[in-house]
Amino acid sequence: MSNQSRGDAVVLAAHQLSKQVSSPEGSLTILSNVSFRILAGESVAVVGPSGAGKSTLLALLAGLDLPSDGHVELNGANLSDLDEDGRARVRAESVGFVFQSFHLVPSLNALENVMLPLELAGRSNARSAARGIIAKVGLKDRWSHYPAQLSGGEKQRVAIARAFATEPAVLFADEPTGNLDSRTGTTIMDIMFELNRSSSTTLILVTHDKGLAGRCERMLSLDAGLLISDSKVAS
Amino acid sequence: MRALSFAMRSFGRELRSGEVMVLLAAVILAVSALTAVGFLTDRIGKAVARQANEVLAADLRLRSQDPIPELWRDMATDYDLRTADIVLFPTVVFAGDDSALSTVLAVSNGYPLRGSVRIADHLFSEQREASGIPGPGEVWADSALLGRVGADVGDSLAVGELHLRIAAVVTYRPDQSIGFASLAPSLLMNIDDISASGLVGEGSRVRYSLLVAGDEADVSAFNDAIQDELPGSVRVRNQEESGERAANAANRAQRFLSLTTIISLLLSAVAVAMSARRFAHRRMDTVALMKSLGATQRFVISVALVQLVMLGVIGVIAGSAVGFVAEELLSWILTDIIGGDLPAPGIMPVVLASGSAMVLLVGFALPSLIQLRNTPPLRVLRHDAMPPSPSRILVAGLSLAAVAALLYRSVGDAAMLVILLGGIVVITTALYVVGRGLVALMGYFRSGVGVAWRYGLANVARRGRASAVQVVAFGLGLTVLLLLTLVRTDLLESWRATLDEDAPNHFLINIQRSERDSVANIMKSQGVGVPDFAPLVRARMTMINGVSVKKRAYPEADARRFVSREQNLSWASTLSSSNEIIAGEWWPAGYKGVPLVSIEEEVAAETGLTLGDRLQFEIAGQELEAKITSIRKINWDSFQPNFFLVLSPGALDDYPATFIASMRVEPDERAVLLDLVRAHPTISVIDLDSILQQVRGIIDKASLAVEAVFIFTLAAGVAVLFAAVQSTIDERRFESAMLRALGATRRTVFSGVMAEFAALGIAAGILASAGASILAAVIAVELFELPYTFSPLLWIVGVTAGLVVVCASGYFAARSAVDSSPIDVLRGTPA
Repeated sequence: MSNQSRGDAVVLAAHQLSKQVSSPEGSLTILSNVSFRILAGESVAVVGPSGAGKSTLLALLAGLDLPSDGHVELNGANLSDLDEDGRARVRAESVGFVFQSFHLVPSLNALENVMLPLELAGRSNARSAARGIIAKVGLKDRWSHYPAQLSGGEKQRVAIARAFATEPAVLFADEPTGNLDSRTGTTIMDIMFELNRSSSTTLILVTHDKGLAGRCERMLSLDAGLLISDSKVAS
Repeated sequence: MRALSFAMRSFGRELRSGEVMVLLAAVILAVSALTAVGFLTDRIGKAVARQANEVLAADLRLRSQDPIPELWRDMATDYDLRTADIVLFPTVVFAGDDSALSTVLAVSNGYPLRGSVRIADHLFSEQREASGIPGPGEVWADSALLGRVGADVGDSLAVGELHLRIAAVVTYRPDQSIGFASLAPSLLMNIDDISASGLVGEGSRVRYSLLVAGDEADVSAFNDAIQDELPGSVRVRNQEESGERAANAANRAQRFLSLTTIISLLLSAVAVAMSARRFAHRRMDTVALMKSLGATQRFVISVALVQLVMLGVIGVIAGSAVGFVAEELLSWILTDIIGGDLPAPGIMPVVLASGSAMVLLVGFALPSLIQLRNTPPLRVLRHDAMPPSPSRILVAGLSLAAVAALLYRSVGDAAMLVILLGGIVVITTALYVVGRGLVALMGYFRSGVGVAWRYGLANVARRGRASAVQVVAFGLGLTVLLLLTLVRTDLLESWRATLDEDAPNHFLINIQRSERDSVANIMKSQGVGVPDFAPLVRARMTMINGVSVKKRAYPEADARRFVSREQNLSWASTLSSSNEIIAGEWWPAGYKGVPLVSIEEEVAAETGLTLGDRLQFEIAGQELEAKITSIRKINWDSFQPNFFLVLSPGALDDYPATFIASMRVEPDERAVLLDLVRAHPTISVIDLDSILQQVRGIIDKASLAVEAVFIFTLAAGVAVLFAAVQSTIDERRFESAMLRALGATRRTVFSGVMAEFAALGIAAGILASAGASILAAVIAVELFELPYTFSPLLWIVGVTAGLVVVCASGYFAARSAVDSSPIDVLRGTPA
């Protein structure tokens, strides 16, 4: 999938996505009628102020949640047609995640954390593949450490290694530098963009850091649940 | 497979991190309590099974109060059967000045016909199978007997008029009756020494047995042949019914002990449920993450199940080891009560405990783990996304089913199970309500205390439900321990206090008519008061109102045994001071008319006998009829000779009688007993003080064993507290960090936490003291018929114990919350 030629294959499409939740004050619209298509290999930043619906959009695109209306097509599969396990299988095959708060499994060491998605996807060479990718993020000597023994930056490197381990078609990153100081953040993003380039993964980056967004090729701006602009970034 | 490897990998780490420790500890506790009792009952059960076939030491046993006529021995020989004789009687034996009541078995060659006697050359030395019986001039004695008189093999023992050499220690004999030794330890001697001992004479309390064994068909033919011929005084016992009786007694002991483990089991279940919920909660983030990475529900469930099974396996292994050690301790405590040695335990208790551990985990831990399956993957982005709570009906149903499954084995009867389950639900609810009440009461004191106490009491009130559960968990364990220690000694003491200081402490039995004057003279010469002699005539009841006792219907099952056994009749002209007429009238002074009889009230109630009924007795082949004219209530605590059936004067004059007497002999007057027994060896002296002491010793040991089992209950209470504290530990860490950030010293925060446990401990102590007091009052009034006296000591000890135990456990459980660095906690450093 990652070797699909760039420019023609649509890897991710949002079709009139809406999300309402019920609250004590009645129904609340978080996302309204959002549509776009993302091509394989693109790097896209999703920006907007707090409460604009960025995280909700991410959750819907990755199949972590279902839209109230509309549907998401991820790598050819309509996520609304699948049950939870079906969506999990799609994620195991074509999705990687990097989270703001790292989300490593505390009971597994760095290498085992990286092996986890490989094993879940049923890959046979999980250990050696994980070793390779952990070396790429610069943690060759720290692979046996547990999350509690790693610094914030190191944790995020492990998370990035984990996200790229399965060579996913789409990588979702939710404020990946939000818990890091700016220097570490920059290093982390360098690693991420480098891996993105070398493995031609599609990158969807949720952030409110304008600088970070500027490093992407395209920017989707949300405000109050509406897609207000979809623009190429002139870098 | 993937799930398996993942489960194992992360489980090892979780085990090391202590995350699942409380859950594991609860399982280990439940398994240890179950296996400790399981091993013990298994060993007793095996001993019973081993003995069931040899409990008679024969295939048939003919028993009588009179010598068994040659006729039957010859007849057995005609049927190609082997025979042996036993003459059994109680007597006091002496070693120097020490004496002890013992049961003498004088046996003939061939004893035992089934099974074998095991002996040792010295006290506590290696035992071996005995060949033959003690030679003439020799005895084999029970270790308990040797202990009481301070003798060992090689010493001499005075038995009646004989001095016999102790040749061996008996460690086991097949007919020692189901493994629970009788009060008086036994002594084996050769039947040929009997006549020289002078112990067996007219009217002695002797039981004669003829043992018969041989080919099954011959035994059965012999049994059929004698059935109709045997006189009423000879009873036949066969193996089947004897084995059954032994097994029943063992089953009852087993059920009692199993039921005592149930409280520990239920508390462990609470701890399992609480810590499983915490465990599941902690795993939610990981599960959400795995799902976001593509894990399916099946994978999540498989991981949970594998980990549950691993937890169970470790729990069973560790618990069985603890249980094994605990059982060694229990059987050591009970050595004196369980006669003889016990066979090694089998694997069955471990199998049952494993099953129970799994039931416990499935019933109480599984619901929380199943809930994990439904963790929304969205939780990786939104931390407040929670799985839907498991259905209350499912949780309640599973736990109730688990409790029922665990109880079923101990109860073994569906109707009883329903009653017991109902009882548990009612008692648990009641205790919980009381617990909530106490917790609410604690909150009431909040306004009048300092900051640390206010913080502590506020926490108790805020976590009302969990607090109440902890109060009940500790309260239960403490109640039982208070009952078994303080209340038990209190009751025994107050019972002793009700006894008359001058109450007789010795019984003389088997005094012949001709010996009365001599006995009185010996007493007089030593300055000891001359006792009253009460006559005793052996009789058998044959008819009631002209109907055979065998054909009559009785209100209670025990009555049939009472009317068909040999009766001790007495007569008296005046009513004993320890008796009181409650119906009818005592005969007038100087009455010499037709025989009348006065009957004891409980016997009257059980047998349905009442005023005006005519009782017919057979005494030494003659018939006697007497009419019931009064019903008496007896004060048994008087320790005077008392009889269920007392006849009017003159009614028994023509029949052979022996006499019994009771008297008080002070410790410095005991020499008179020696003189008495030497002059009249057939008279048996029964020392009530030493019997009371023996009974007390047995009660002490039995309660110690039950206390040991209830230590598990207390430990389960500790597990509940740990589980409760652990489930709030994040909250506690945060609060403690907040308070310290606001300027509270570590000491203040710590005092607040300890104040919370102190409040819980006091509440648990109050619950336990109240529970023990109520039970003590019920036991005192209903069982012992003693007035209940309020014991402040019980409350002091109860509340102090609650305070100390809960504070100590709480300190260890919550220490980390107080110790953690405020800045780390408030920053919430993510993983």
